[in-house]
Amino acid sequence: MEALNRILPITMDQFLPTVIRYKLEERRLVQINACRIEGGYELSYSFASGYNMDTLRLTVQEDELVSSITQIYPCAFMQENEAAELFGVKIENIDRDYNGRLYRIDRQTPFKEKG
Amino acid sequence: MAKRSIVPFGPQHPVLPEPVHLDLVLEDETVVGAIPNIGFVHRGLEKLVELKDFKSYVYIAERVCGICSCGHGIGYCESVEHVMEVEIPERAKYLRTIWMEMSRIHSHLLWMGLLADAMGFESLFMESWRLREKVLDLFDLTTGGRIIFSVNCVGGVLKDMTAEMLQEIERTMGEMEKAFKPLEETFLGEYTVLSRLKGLGKMGPEQAVLSGAVGPTLRASGIRYDARKLGYCAYKDLDIEPVIDTEGDAYARCKVRMGEVRQSFDLICQLVAKIPEGPISVPVKGNPKGEYFMRIEQPRGEAVYYVKGNGTKFLDRFRLRTPTTSNIPPMLDMLKGCQLADVPLLILTIDPCISCTER
Repeated sequence: MEALNRILPITMDQFLPTVIRYKLEERRLVQINACRIEGGYELSYSFASGYNMDTLRLTVQEDELVSSITQIYPCAFMQENEAAELFGVKIENIDRDYNGRLYRIDRQTPFKEKG
Repeated sequence: MAKRSIVPFGPQHPVLPEPVHLDLVLEDETVVGAIPNIGFVHRGLEKLVELKDFKSYVYIAERVCGICSCGHGIGYCESVEHVMEVEIPERAKYLRTIWMEMSRIHSHLLWMGLLADAMGFESLFMESWRLREKVLDLFDLTTGGRIIFSVNCVGGVLKDMTAEMLQEIERTMGEMEKAFKPLEETFLGEYTVLSRLKGLGKMGPEQAVLSGAVGPTLRASGIRYDARKLGYCAYKDLDIEPVIDTEGDAYARCKVRMGEVRQSFDLICQLVAKIPEGPISVPVKGNPKGEYFMRIEQPRGEAVYYVKGNGTKFLDRFRLRTPTTSNIPPMLDMLKGCQLADVPLLILTIDPCISCTER
């Protein structure tokens, strides 16, 4: 079966409206991924409708605040907490914010630096 | 309103094989809320991708978890192969699929045993695990390992199966199918099981989708989604339809897994009949540059693998979104309204794998 698997770059302004539209279209939240890049992060939010999957790609600066999507997709809380805790992504208003205590780890934001 | 109290559940609990902790908010015996706590054994395996070259990392991916080991190896290798545009030999695709389906039988039988044990149905537990031994013996025969068998590599697989091995697999599948029938009848018809599972933790299709459920948890709510339909490995050549149920309760989730065990017997026989001759791997030259999101259907549900290569032998990022990560939020929804005594069973019905989730 041929299914869409696209990565769609998106700006911060368009981000939440698009997520709301996906929710209204009853798309499933597939995953949230953070990846370190020079001076910031790439955040990827994948949503599926049937077998087709679109990934919204948000590029943020290191200290830039990102709105949580847990008000729209409550199930995002674990993956958002993980991105915040391991990478140090500043995500605000997470519905269940563990404040860096999701994992019992010794180092703060261990994935922030390479190596 | 009854007085509310908070009862800690786990991380050490007789029915939980792995550490997960829940703070259960109760009104009398009724659960009105649950706050999950994981992270007791977080290992940072994704981070290791920066220190191991992308070919060696397969061994790490396969050790994320014991039960899902083969699937993690396949998911990682397929995503790297996709980035590098490597086409692996057909025989390797079939071999991967055979091991993957045997892993599904192994995982579901293990889960059935745990469920029976949680209900106090010890003979059913022993019967389920006795049958599971036959799959472990096949792993032993074909790979030399029983749980983690490291057969995947970027570019194909490391081990081949002889004609005798394939014959033995086919024979064992027939034998297991016969032995599975009474087991299935007990799980789906016995009063003890019905009284514990029927109507428990109901979840409708819309709620299942929006809460992010995957795998048997999603399909038991009537959603016809099975990532095997995407056609990775040799699934494109197989006659496969998602096993679904519409009741959305714990019993339906059990029923879907039973159906999937039977489906896997059939798929393995199809694979053995169709497997082509030829090489089992291709040489892989160069380093990965690019990124890809790969979805595969693990026994517990859809898993997502992300790799990002920078043209060197070390990947920039490997990410694994496990089925349990997705199934914890719907589990929290299901727990609301259930009785305290049903909590262990409800948790088991999503078949949680904390080892994968912690990775």
